[in-house]
Amino acid sequence: MMNRLLYSLLQTGLFVFIAPLFVGIVKMFKCWLQNRSAPSVFQCYRDLRKLFHKQTILAHHASWIFRFAPYLIFSITALIASAIPFIVSPSQTVGFTDVILIAGLFGLSRFFLALAALDIGTSFGGMGASREMTVATLAEPALMIAFFSLAMMASSTRLDIITTYLSTHSLWFNPSMLFVALAFAMIAVAETGRIPVDNPATHLELTMIHEAMILEYSGRHLALIEWAAQIKLLIYTILFANLFLPFPLINQLSLSAIGLNGGIVIIKCLLLAWVLVLAETHLAKLRLFRVPLLLNMAFLLCLLGLLIHVIAEVA
Amino acid sequence: MGTSDLLLRLMKALNHCQLLKADSSIGGYSALEIEPMHWQTVAQMIQQDQGRFAGLWAEELEDVFFVTVCFCIEKHYLLMRTSLNKKIPLKLSSLSCLYLAANRFERHTHDLFGIEFIDTDDSRRWTRHQAWQANQFPLRKDFPAAGYGTGKTPADKTYPFLQATGEGVCEVPVGPIHAGIIEPGHFRFQIAGEEVLYLEERLGYVHKGIEKIAEGKDIHHLINLAAHVSGDCTLSYAGSTCMAVENALQITVPDRALFIRAILAERERIANHLWDVAAICNDVGFAFAYYQFGRLRELWLRTNAYLFGHRLLMNCLSVGGVQKDYLSATAIDLLQHELVPLEKEVGELTHILDTNASLQNRLRTTGVLSHETAQAVGALGYVSKASGIDFDVRRDAPYAPYHQCEVSSPVLSDGDVAARLSIRLKEIKSALTLIKDLLNTLPSGPYQTTWTPPPYPTAGIGIVESWRGELLTYVSLDATGKVSRYFPRDPSWFNWLALERLIYRDIVPDFPVCNKSINGSYSGCDL
Repeated sequence: MMNRLLYSLLQTGLFVFIAPLFVGIVKMFKCWLQNRSAPSVFQCYRDLRKLFHKQTILAHHASWIFRFAPYLIFSITALIASAIPFIVSPSQTVGFTDVILIAGLFGLSRFFLALAALDIGTSFGGMGASREMTVATLAEPALMIAFFSLAMMASSTRLDIITTYLSTHSLWFNPSMLFVALAFAMIAVAETGRIPVDNPATHLELTMIHEAMILEYSGRHLALIEWAAQIKLLIYTILFANLFLPFPLINQLSLSAIGLNGGIVIIKCLLLAWVLVLAETHLAKLRLFRVPLLLNMAFLLCLLGLLIHVIAEVA
Repeated sequence: MGTSDLLLRLMKALNHCQLLKADSSIGGYSALEIEPMHWQTVAQMIQQDQGRFAGLWAEELEDVFFVTVCFCIEKHYLLMRTSLNKKIPLKLSSLSCLYLAANRFERHTHDLFGIEFIDTDDSRRWTRHQAWQANQFPLRKDFPAAGYGTGKTPADKTYPFLQATGEGVCEVPVGPIHAGIIEPGHFRFQIAGEEVLYLEERLGYVHKGIEKIAEGKDIHHLINLAAHVSGDCTLSYAGSTCMAVENALQITVPDRALFIRAILAERERIANHLWDVAAICNDVGFAFAYYQFGRLRELWLRTNAYLFGHRLLMNCLSVGGVQKDYLSATAIDLLQHELVPLEKEVGELTHILDTNASLQNRLRTTGVLSHETAQAVGALGYVSKASGIDFDVRRDAPYAPYHQCEVSSPVLSDGDVAARLSIRLKEIKSALTLIKDLLNTLPSGPYQTTWTPPPYPTAGIGIVESWRGELLTYVSLDATGKVSRYFPRDPSWFNWLALERLIYRDIVPDFPVCNKSINGSYSGCDL
């Protein structure tokens, strides 16, 4: 038990600390694709260090919610990261792994971020919060249905069981899996605020969703929120990799097994990063009112996946 | 300057009604001298003849204030001028009931000269924020050039914006400081949800006192000042100011200088259009085009720096010609060699933009400016061309050397952001063709002519097609040859109004890309 706890902690720590590196790699790929020279892949760490060293400025009328939210959001995101099968097989670690809980925790963190954005009372914060909630009300149900489809296949809502099931049964070309995979990718893009739903690199306050909510944050608060966003991107990437590009994690705790698992995870992540970058380079940001269409489509795809599974595959 | 039948008929009608005091000309353009009491009546007659309002300015003389309006009727420019006696209250009826765009000119004139325009719905201050008192008028001759105040300008907190009320309606102030590196301007949105009910602009944050600074300068310094009015069209400003002075002094500019000026103007157009296309794409998250067009612009500007001494072509022109003979045989060779790859790359990129469904989906039907609205506000340049108004000074009221060239000016009818983007791409193409033609037919000869300032007061007007559209400049010189009034009228005076209107019922997050597609000049309007 102690060992499993230790592995869990180590794995979560690793997850949290390499998330900025993953974002750095995504940025690097993007630069390459656009004929630019890329900043160092470690630039995100430098940015975080800079923010942690900077003074944190608070509005006079900021309440405890505003001060408390960054820590809460970061902790929740790190907690979710601990639940994701990463390098060590889930049977070797401890912790909750229920997908409904994961969706709920994402919702909780979002709830506090939106509250904090409203708390400060600026028009941009309010606008960002309202947009984030619009996106969330559409993305969350779709995410739930996606999880349910997978749960029905594996007959469990536990992520470790789902992951193990998917990696031991070759379901790659099941129509239901294809539908759910496509939908999950769309949801992931919306949830992590990437193009075409949101543009993390923009300076235009009026077009922002996620960034508009955190405009008033500075210093370590901003660093924590940015870091949490980076972890979130990695969570969705690993989730996608585990669920839709399954490859059984070797159920041993030898160095070679960890090395092999790690190598496979890295390859999958790089592949997904490349796909993300290709999509982001090829697409312009959607008009805000077209975002619901995208998410409705994701919802519909999930539902189709679920139906196809029930009708065609269960029998 | 030719006079159209319509103009003749108008003159006849005015004579018939005895509205015309005199029929004169200012710097080569016909001018109607009328009594203040006929101000609105004559303007109304001109409006009925489809005259377009093209600017209003005032000028102080010994015992009178002159107020001048420029109209454009069927591609011909016509001035209307009246004089207000200083001894009686300075009042003139407003033209804003006839022309929407007249309002800001009148408010500007009121803030700077104290001439009151009556019968208007909107007489709020415009250029005056809090930097000078309501009873001080900086452009009057008795106001010291250094001004009175030396301290910090108080914040402008009390400007009465129009407010919308109702359930769920809220007000969003944006600017004057923005997150990107752009000029300062304040936008006040009245919104219901994401829908924009009303947008009001508040400009004037970069008021530099250009008009006051120009007073008393000699002509060389004026050209230098003109180049600094708005950094992105420094050449057009210098060009139109040179043209105004040359019209006033009746200087004939050598052909070679005119050709070099036109080549420079087209280079300025291309550089700015490339950058605008890049910025519009960047605003909708299409970074690929941003970097590619940005790269092309950068290479273009480096050639500017290499051949003409300045990336943005500052200080290349002088009255009577250009600063030096920039185009040696090797320079011409270099310019010609630059055209082919640029044309090829722009062609390829245009194809990518046109066929990218996601980008087109984003830009089409966004920020639609209807033909009627464009006409009502008097929109100019790419804004008007994208809304079906086919007017280009270079082709329709040509000035040298464009009267010798074939200028192809694109026009589209959709009026959305995609159309404004497309017009820019087409203008890049036509400007490249123009440069090619101009280089091929470049005459030899002097690049500069000598001239002496006249011993009498004179005035002139220069009208050119800058990259933003028609740019009009009025210059008057006193008896010693010094500048007594300088008024450059940027096309953005009109295009800013178009922005206020096209965003109506659109959504807030569409504003940045709409704004970028208009790309009005703050500095050029704030003066």
